[in-house]
Amino acid sequence: MSTQSTIYLDYASTTPVDPRVATKMMEFLTPEGEFGNPASRSHRFGWKADEAVEEARSHVANLVNCDPREIVWTSGATEADNLAIKGVARFYKSKGNHIITSKIEHKAVLDPCRQLEREGFEVTYLDPDEGGIISPEAVESAMKDTTILVSIMHINNELGTVNDLVKIGNICRKNDAFFHVDAAQSTGKTKIDLENIPVDLMSFSAHKTYGPKGIGALYVRRKPRVRLEALIHGGGHERGMRSGTLATHQIVGMGEAFRLAQEEMKNDHSKVSAFHEKFLEKVKEIDHVYINGDINNKVPNILNVSFNFVEGESLIMGLKDIAVSSGSACTSASLEPSYVLRALGRKDELAHSSIRFSFGRFTSDEDVNNTLDILGNVVDRLRELSPLWEMHLDGIDLDTVEWSTH
Amino acid sequence: MAYSRKVVEKFENTLNNPEAFKVGKFDPKETNVGTGMVGAPACGDVMKLQIKCEAKGNTHVIKDVKFKTYGCGSAIASSSELVEMLIGKTLEEAKAIKNIEIVNALELPPIKIHCSVLAEDSIKQAIEDYEAKQ
Repeated sequence: MSTQSTIYLDYASTTPVDPRVATKMMEFLTPEGEFGNPASRSHRFGWKADEAVEEARSHVANLVNCDPREIVWTSGATEADNLAIKGVARFYKSKGNHIITSKIEHKAVLDPCRQLEREGFEVTYLDPDEGGIISPEAVESAMKDTTILVSIMHINNELGTVNDLVKIGNICRKNDAFFHVDAAQSTGKTKIDLENIPVDLMSFSAHKTYGPKGIGALYVRRKPRVRLEALIHGGGHERGMRSGTLATHQIVGMGEAFRLAQEEMKNDHSKVSAFHEKFLEKVKEIDHVYINGDINNKVPNILNVSFNFVEGESLIMGLKDIAVSSGSACTSASLEPSYVLRALGRKDELAHSSIRFSFGRFTSDEDVNNTLDILGNVVDRLRELSPLWEMHLDGIDLDTVEWSTH
Repeated sequence: MAYSRKVVEKFENTLNNPEAFKVGKFDPKETNVGTGMVGAPACGDVMKLQIKCEAKGNTHVIKDVKFKTYGCGSAIASSSELVEMLIGKTLEEAKAIKNIEIVNALELPPIKIHCSVLAEDSIKQAIEDYEAKQ
């Protein structure tokens, strides 16, 4: 299948590497480049690589306003989430065994929590409100004397909704629990000021922000100090928190991507905001369309829409030259619809009908216009094929039908 | 997950040319029409299949078929594939159709086999409805 004509509207899944980032990365691979091991202390190959790693660390720290010494390189946000959650829980287990998280976290948070449950920890999974927001009050009322860690995401990857880190963080401080935030979707999309928000640990990914895959970082606060039990041992790199030879080219790529994110944030934001507005306006012209996630409390680069009476995966197939992602079951290995949309209390059929459009730095006006031209037409044709649409037009309330579930 | 070319073709042809691929409906009250509807919106697929038959000798023959399907691409392709198999068949022949024939025709992956099962159920139910009317 040719990818030439395909429009990419799946930036929340991954972004292309910015060509400026790729150019920089290539300087750290070949014999002519700085290929040295940053841990080599005895020659200039090592020193040069180490310099590049530390410069990249500063770029990451600058974007989120923290001390570079608070940044630990990992293989991605998934590892950062694992290190934060398992690392804190295991280190502080003598203090308590209770963890609070939410039902709409990424699997990289939920699965480590499940693992900790198997190890004897107790985990509370909070429901979001119907707009996909975790209320600070819900966090507060879930607090126990034994709570040692709260893990709540900043921006939800399916909905784009934004949680209130300051309020939640203050509750954690008051209750003497550490606060971890998965911020994989945040960098370059919205300002993060770790100096001034009560967050103890924060996970970052390079590849959602025009950097390479396979690299991420965990912010670990120094004051008040947060300690972790390492997951990977073998050399004591990254102050013992994450051993393994540092991948200089990946790290340089993440640093450059985050430096550019700082520079481009305003441009990127105004660009995707215009697309979001246009999309919203056009999509609302289609009947029985629901926007998922609180429209007044979300980032503009993600738009999650349910087209009632049309199944999401068939819509994706109908939009064959447009790369989007579906909250519907059938695209994944399971047959369950999106657990995020279900957690909002959406009916299963609306969860099955949802599509996530996400825009980014390299999206063009033409991409958006072409998508909107096709979208309404494909929805109409699929509804023509849909017995549910026919029943709806006949005035049948689908909730009163006895379905033969299978 | 990558679909087989056959699923993609069948889906696209049905979507682009619904009449030729028998998308539509008969009046379910007509005595020579049998209707089957299987699946549930909450599960992500619903198939509605209608057969129009006439008596021939001591059996009945399917003269025409209409269907509508809500579901993923392979659910729609499975319905469409089944519909093509039905026209001209006697009810006995139609009852004997097994989901594996759809699986083979469309090269469905294991996770999509339930689509073919649903299609098989839809023709069984339509025939039951038709026979109950005779």
